[in-house]
This record gives sequence, C-alpha cells and structure tokens, in this order.
Amino acid sequence: MWSILLNSNTQWVMVSTMILGVASGLIGCFAYWKRQSLMSDALAHASLPGVIIAFLIFREKNLFILIIGAAISALIGAFFIQWIRSSTRITEDTAMGMILSIFYGLGIMLLTVANRSAGGNQSGLDSFIYGQAASMVRSDVMTMLILALLVIFVVFAGLKEWKIYLFDPEFAKGQGLSLKGMDTLYTAVLVTTIVIGIQAVGVILMAALLIIPPVSSNYWTNSFKTMLLLSAFFGGMAGIGGTIISAFGSGWPTGPFIVIIASGLFVISLVFGKEKGILINYLYFKKDRKRMTYEKKDGILQSRGAK
Amino acid sequence: MDDAIIKVNHLAASYRRNTVLHDVSFEIQPGSLTGIVGPNGAGKSTLIKTMLHLHPPLKGSVRFFGLPFKKVKKRIGYVPQRGSVDWEFPTNALDVVTMGLYGQIGWLKNPSNLHKKKAYEALDKMGMANYANRQISQLSGGQQQRVFLARALVQDADLYFMDEPLAGVDAATEVAIMTILKDLKDSGKTVMVVHHDLQTVKGYFDHVLLLNRTVISHGKTNDVYTKENIAKTYGGDLRWMREEQTHVVHSIE
Repeated sequence: MWSILLNSNTQWVMVSTMILGVASGLIGCFAYWKRQSLMSDALAHASLPGVIIAFLIFREKNLFILIIGAAISALIGAFFIQWIRSSTRITEDTAMGMILSIFYGLGIMLLTVANRSAGGNQSGLDSFIYGQAASMVRSDVMTMLILALLVIFVVFAGLKEWKIYLFDPEFAKGQGLSLKGMDTLYTAVLVTTIVIGIQAVGVILMAALLIIPPVSSNYWTNSFKTMLLLSAFFGGMAGIGGTIISAFGSGWPTGPFIVIIASGLFVISLVFGKEKGILINYLYFKKDRKRMTYEKKDGILQSRGAK
Repeated sequence: MDDAIIKVNHLAASYRRNTVLHDVSFEIQPGSLTGIVGPNGAGKSTLIKTMLHLHPPLKGSVRFFGLPFKKVKKRIGYVPQRGSVDWEFPTNALDVVTMGLYGQIGWLKNPSNLHKKKAYEALDKMGMANYANRQISQLSGGQQQRVFLARALVQDADLYFMDEPLAGVDAATEVAIMTILKDLKDSGKTVMVVHHDLQTVKGYFDHVLLLNRTVISHGKTNDVYTKENIAKTYGGDLRWMREEQTHVVHSIE
C-alpha cells in the first residue's frame, strides 16, 4: 500500500495538489473578501464545456490545451453573469445559479457526445467532474505547478495592493490604483486557479477548495497576511491529504477527499480558532460572568460592612 | 472669479436609471469649508463621487486647480461613508491609516518605518493612538470614523471631500472631527463635507451648497442659509418645528 505513495509519479502529483491547495487558499481569500465565493463555484462549473470542446477539437488529453478551453468557457460564463446582472432585472445570485447549471448541463451533454465518438482516448474526461489526481501525467503536473506558482507570485508581489483593493476599492482608486487593472488581474488569477484545479479536484468541488480554507483561517487571525498564509496552509494540507487518501483506493476520486480534509480543518478552526472560535468566545464569556459575580459579591460585602 | 479651486460645469449624473443630478454648476474658493446639504436622495454622495470619477458623469465637466481630475488626484483626499467598507476585514487601525500613504510609498513597495510613524501621528492627532493595533471590527462607529479621517489627514492633500463624517458618531467624536476640519481650513486646505444636521450648519461651515438634484443655492452660509432656501431645497412640505429654530421635518415622498 505504501509503495503507491513512494512512487515518483504519485509524489509529483502530491506536490502539485499541495501547491494547488496553496494557490486556492490564497485566491479564495480574495474571493471571500470580494464576497464572491459563489462566483468561484459558478466559474468552476462553467469551465466544463470548454474542457470537452477543447478535447473534441484537438482530440488530445493534454492538460494545457484543456485548461485553455476551460478558461475561455469560464470567462464566457463570467461575462454572461456580468451581462445578465447589468442589463436585466435579474439579481447576481440568480444569474450565477443560471449560468452554473446551464454551463454544467451543456458540459455533461458534450461529455456524452465525446464518450460516444470514435476513438478510445476520451476515457478519463470523466475525471474532470469529480477530480482524479492519479490520472495526471508528468506534463499535466508541470503545467499545474508552473501556473500555480505564478498565481502565488502574483498574490505576494502585490500584497499591499490587494489589501487596499479588497478593503476599500474607491479609496484605492483615489490613491492612483487602477481598479480596471486590478479587476482584470483578479479575474485572471481566479480563473487560472480554478482551471488548473479541475483535473485534480473536479469542477463540482473545485470551489470548496477556494471557499473552505479562507473561512477556516478567518477564525484564527485578525491580520490579512496571516489569514492568507493560514489559508494557504489549510489548502495545501487538504490538497496533499486528499491525494494520499485517494491514492489508497483504485479509481477513487480526489475531489471529495480533499473537501473532507478541508472540512475537518474547518471544524477544528470553528471550535478552537484563536480569535473567533466557539471555545475562545465561550471561555471569555465565562470569565466575564465570573468577574461580574465577584464584583456583585464584593458590592454586597461592602454594603454589609457599611452597616 | 478666476481663482476658484474647483469648477463644476453643467454636471449631470444618473444612479440606477434615475437622473439624480442635472445641470450642477458651482465654483469653490480655496480655503473654504463647505457643507453640502440636501434631503435624502438629493444626490449629495453622487455629486462627490461623480466629481472624483468614482461614478460616471452623463455630461458636464469638473476641474480642480484648473486641471482635470486625473492630473491632480494625488492632491485630493476622500473620506467615504463609514458604511462603504466591510469593517470585518482582518486589519488594524494603523494599517488602515497607512493605506492613505500608499500613493506616496509607490506601488509594489513596502511601507517604511517613517511611513508607519506618519500614520501613527495621524492617529494620535485624532485621539486614537491607543487603538493603533486594535482590530478594526472592534472599534466603535465613532472610532472607525476617526480612523478614516486619520487616513485622509496622512494623505496631506490640498482638497478634501468627506461623505457624512458626522453620521452616527457621538458628541465627543463630532467635536474632534469638526476641530480637525477647522484646522484643515485654517492651514489653507479646502474642504467639502456632505452634512445632514440642519441645526449645526451655521456653526460648522463658512460656505453652504444647498442641493436637491441641482444646486438650489450656494454661497457664504450667512447669505445663503436662509429659511426660504432651505424650504426650497427640502420641498414645499416643510413643517417648522419651532419657529425660531432652524429645525425642520419634511414628509416622506
């Protein structure tokens, strides 16, 4: 059983899912403070038809080609959401719900077409739904690693810029920061993170890797930088943990295990989080109540003494 | 007059498909402290945002120091409404004030100790030195407003726009903020403030701009802030609570 983990391909896959988790944890923080967590889910689902269309055109399961298709498809989805929101009376959450299901449905339909078409090399496309890290070959791993490292670099190079952009964009504009530029960069890193993750985690659960780690890290800290680092750590742990578990079974999907690990870390954070955890809040409350009781007793004693 | 620091010509803007501003023209003299006064929905915030390119204009032009906004934006400080940002954001008071220096620090560079010191001094000026490392969600509304003002001070701009800095703050904060605004004016800066409390207009501002979708009246407070003009701004349905006080209630449309 352990021999699977010692296999060099598995190790490469583990490194890449870890780096993917780190990148998602970071970008997830941006999405969280832009209040766009659901948007990342819509974009992940919207990437599916692009993957299948890219495959139908090039007849090749090269991750780089497929994620270009995925990115185009996700961006079209984003454009439609934006367009529906700005030119109709439909609200953003409804628009996202519509785009999410329509694109996903289209993707599944195209997948059926691809599966029926001639040639046997379409097997494995299914892995884009639930994720199958083990199905990644060396070139896939390299594509994912390079893009994820690029995303991580973009986050840390402009940490101060991201902070002001997320906290107070209007003020940032007054300071000379280009909001259009930042919006474009944000969309670019978000879509990149989503599309590099869809083979390992799958379109359905990819958003969980963007949503859960930031929420968990928020329980531990009051500093933006620490939140980013912790979220990256949680994401990385989930990525590597999920890959290890799924490596034990043959054909086990990676996505669900990654999400389960991420959720476990969330529950720990929810209870034990240093800043906002349930336990710390309860302890503070108890301490305050104790203090109040003592003060009351003191008061009674004093009034007795006065008599 | 040609020495005006701000010139607004025939500005128009819409908000959610309603034209909220039309044919707004006025000139602001340097070193003045102007209160922008008008009912809800009169377009006060939209006016400031449109002037600062945060909201697209339909037509008209705005010039600061005789130049378009883009060339002078570093000389302009803006204090948005407190509710416009998410105070749950993980950062502390000092960090928010340091954001006012980002333009000076330069993009992709880290703030130096000198910048931190400047930010700390601005917080101190607002009486917030003890809260420098406090998480911003743990500050009261008045303290948050002081942090926003400190952030504007640290910018060392020539021209300041403030969107309801006195909304929902306690008396002590109101006094602190007004002291700072008067200091700014005394040191030759020009300040425009969206204001809601009609009773305090006379005491706080030397100029007043009465706005209700367009400029109703603008000038020195003593000349312009009259019962007739206020009535015109707030519509015909005014009821004077007490005849001698400039305290009005108007019915909801």
